[in-house]
Amino acid sequence: MATATAQPQSISTVGNDGHKHKKNALSDGQGRLAWILLAPTLIVIIVVAGIPVLLSIRESFFTANAGVDPNTGMVASGESFSGLGNFSAIFSGMDNVGGNFGTMGRFWNAFLNTTGFTLICVVLETILGVAMALIMSKAFRGRGIVRAGILVPWAIPTIVSALMWKLIFDEAGVMNRILGQQILWLADSGAGFLAVIIADVWKTAPFIGLLTLAGLQTIPGEVYEAAKVDGASAIQQFVRITLPMVKPTLVVAVLFRTLDTLRMFDLPYGMIGPGKYHVETLSIFAYQEATQQRYGPAAAYAIILFIYVLLIAFIFVKLLGADVIGDGAPKKSKKKKSEGIDPDGEKSAIAAISTMGGAH
Amino acid sequence: MTFVRPARRVLIAAASLSALLVAAACGGGGSSTPAASGSGSAAGADLTKQGPIEVWQGKDTSGNFPKLIAQFNAQHPQGKVTFHELPDSADQQRQQMIQNTQIKNPQMGVLSVDVVWTAEFAAKGYVEALPADQFPTDTFLKATTDSATYFNKLYAYPSTSDGGLLYYRKDLLDKYSLKPPTTFDEMKAACQKIKAGENDSKLECFAGQYNKYEGLTVNFAEAVNGAGGVIVGDDGKPNVATPEATKGLQTLADWFKDGTIPKGAITWQEEQGRQAFQNGTLIFHRNWGYVYNLANKTDGSSKIAGKFDVAPLPGISGSTGVSSLGGHNYALAKNAENKGTAIDFIKFMSSPEVQKSNTLATSNSPTIASLYTDPELVKKFPFMPIQLKSIETAKPRPKAVEYGDVTLAIQDAAYGALQGQTAPDAALQSLQTKLQSLIK
Repeated sequence: MATATAQPQSISTVGNDGHKHKKNALSDGQGRLAWILLAPTLIVIIVVAGIPVLLSIRESFFTANAGVDPNTGMVASGESFSGLGNFSAIFSGMDNVGGNFGTMGRFWNAFLNTTGFTLICVVLETILGVAMALIMSKAFRGRGIVRAGILVPWAIPTIVSALMWKLIFDEAGVMNRILGQQILWLADSGAGFLAVIIADVWKTAPFIGLLTLAGLQTIPGEVYEAAKVDGASAIQQFVRITLPMVKPTLVVAVLFRTLDTLRMFDLPYGMIGPGKYHVETLSIFAYQEATQQRYGPAAAYAIILFIYVLLIAFIFVKLLGADVIGDGAPKKSKKKKSEGIDPDGEKSAIAAISTMGGAH
Repeated sequence: MTFVRPARRVLIAAASLSALLVAAACGGGGSSTPAASGSGSAAGADLTKQGPIEVWQGKDTSGNFPKLIAQFNAQHPQGKVTFHELPDSADQQRQQMIQNTQIKNPQMGVLSVDVVWTAEFAAKGYVEALPADQFPTDTFLKATTDSATYFNKLYAYPSTSDGGLLYYRKDLLDKYSLKPPTTFDEMKAACQKIKAGENDSKLECFAGQYNKYEGLTVNFAEAVNGAGGVIVGDDGKPNVATPEATKGLQTLADWFKDGTIPKGAITWQEEQGRQAFQNGTLIFHRNWGYVYNLANKTDGSSKIAGKFDVAPLPGISGSTGVSSLGGHNYALAKNAENKGTAIDFIKFMSSPEVQKSNTLATSNSPTIASLYTDPELVKKFPFMPIQLKSIETAKPRPKAVEYGDVTLAIQDAAYGALQGQTAPDAALQSLQTKLQSLIK
């Protein structure tokens, strides 16, 4: 995708500088070829993502007919258009539940849980992931084993790790034996919220670690050597060299984790179970509504999550974009440095993501 | 500066693609077709057509079901049956059945329906009413046919039943010359005596299933019914905010508080309780019939083989407890193409011979009353007479079209009270309000 978007750009600049007819011929031929090559992908995206999304949006404006016939006991069938009813019902506050953040509507409880999980998990994962990357990038004996070991949690399917942590967090399980007290991790309580965070961080910190490692490896050793000659301490090297240079990669990793955590489902569902309001995320709530055949509200909640995710992603990209372009006064000196290195960092991040494949 | 842009585009593209996938994944249910016609009238349905069908049933752990199907197919050449095995989880079974009703799957012929789904499946027209002249119910236990009936019509044919039993440590009760308790008070007194004598800090008194799932609804209903209360009255109206019902919930909450029920039991389902009982750390345990054989295994998995027995559930007020009714019934799928074969298979599966062979293989309780005194069955399962009593007096869980909402409302109320977060009477008051809006 990177090359596909990049090429027309460079071609057009070349074309502006060069001859007119050449530019046309080139871009025309390549444009058609590009479409042909991209068509299979586009068709797949339209079929598996585009159409379902449109159908979901349509569904979110409908409500299933309800009401039992008092004589036959039969339920009215079909659905009727309800406009924004499914969305406005969120604010009606009919279905109050008690969760981590007090008593509130079930939607808002799920919304806050989702946000809470995302904030806490991503911060912890970033810190741990960077630490892991720093360890993995060091040359020492047994590095291969350490790298493989760190990546094991990431290789385990989420639902498997959910069941594994369920055993660990059992009231008579390993965790309570180690702690020497009985904490009811799997109950519908704040402890359950914590248990999900622990399991999620365990599983996905390696993802950030791996991407950051890819970024770290593009930093040339001379930069550190120069820093050493100048007498920079280890902390100074990390803050002034490592962090800025690995930032483009790290930012992509954090963005991916944020989007992924916002739609968290299998970990709380598999580990703690459905109907537990302390760990119920928006995805779980939407799924539960769909199981009750309230497809309209379920679709509405999913759409809101969709918009929420889109918004966060947009903010992320906007903020980062502003950052990448540069910052006012020290523009010149910084630009020189970053010009040489940044593209490598970004490319490696993209390469790493494409090799990860199953990130979502 | 040009290098910045492709990277940003990738970021934007990746971000929006991720976001798109969220909606696509979450909105999956939204693309389903509207609910199948709920008219439910059997008029015009051809109940004689023969041909291949599928039986949709949960995971078969005994290995006996394929044998029964082979037996049926041998006798029944004009329409063959195949086993469509569903997952272990009841929720997933229900969901797959509903989804395949909505896409009008003609192969789905016979459904193994949990007793609590009868109302929903019947009211929403997922299953066909069974013709009364072809399906006599006089040999069945009354509780089991009730569980398959909706608005005076039979929508399923009883195949297996289940009732709760009180498992107790016979060796310990004998040692202190105690009788199996018939009330919760007696049970607590027995525990105190045994615990004082045994001086074993790991020994706990009693537990059922109190995790927040269907099992909690079952245990809550038993506490309420055992205290003389009801969740839904005989008139079909919710009536759970009563002193009797409050006493039932209060007792469980008190027992959690004072440790008569171990604190950890708030996370237990059937299996965790069975493990605790088999490890010898529980004196009394409420569970289903399947535990009997497993706890009697002498391969080392059970430390209490031969040291336990079963009794009817104890009551909270009054002398006996009331079990919640479990079990599965076979129903005829609405969109089945070959309904004749399906009807033949349902009759076959509910016949006394097949039920007996099934009980011997799976230890599921039969639905035919006379089988409970069958010498061969009683020899293998000595608890059969007690199980019969449990099922005969069992109460069904509320019959509701939106059962999923009803059971969640019950679980919300009970779970909060057992955790000590809400007072039982306040919890039941709000449950009553909720049930009134759900059951009309």
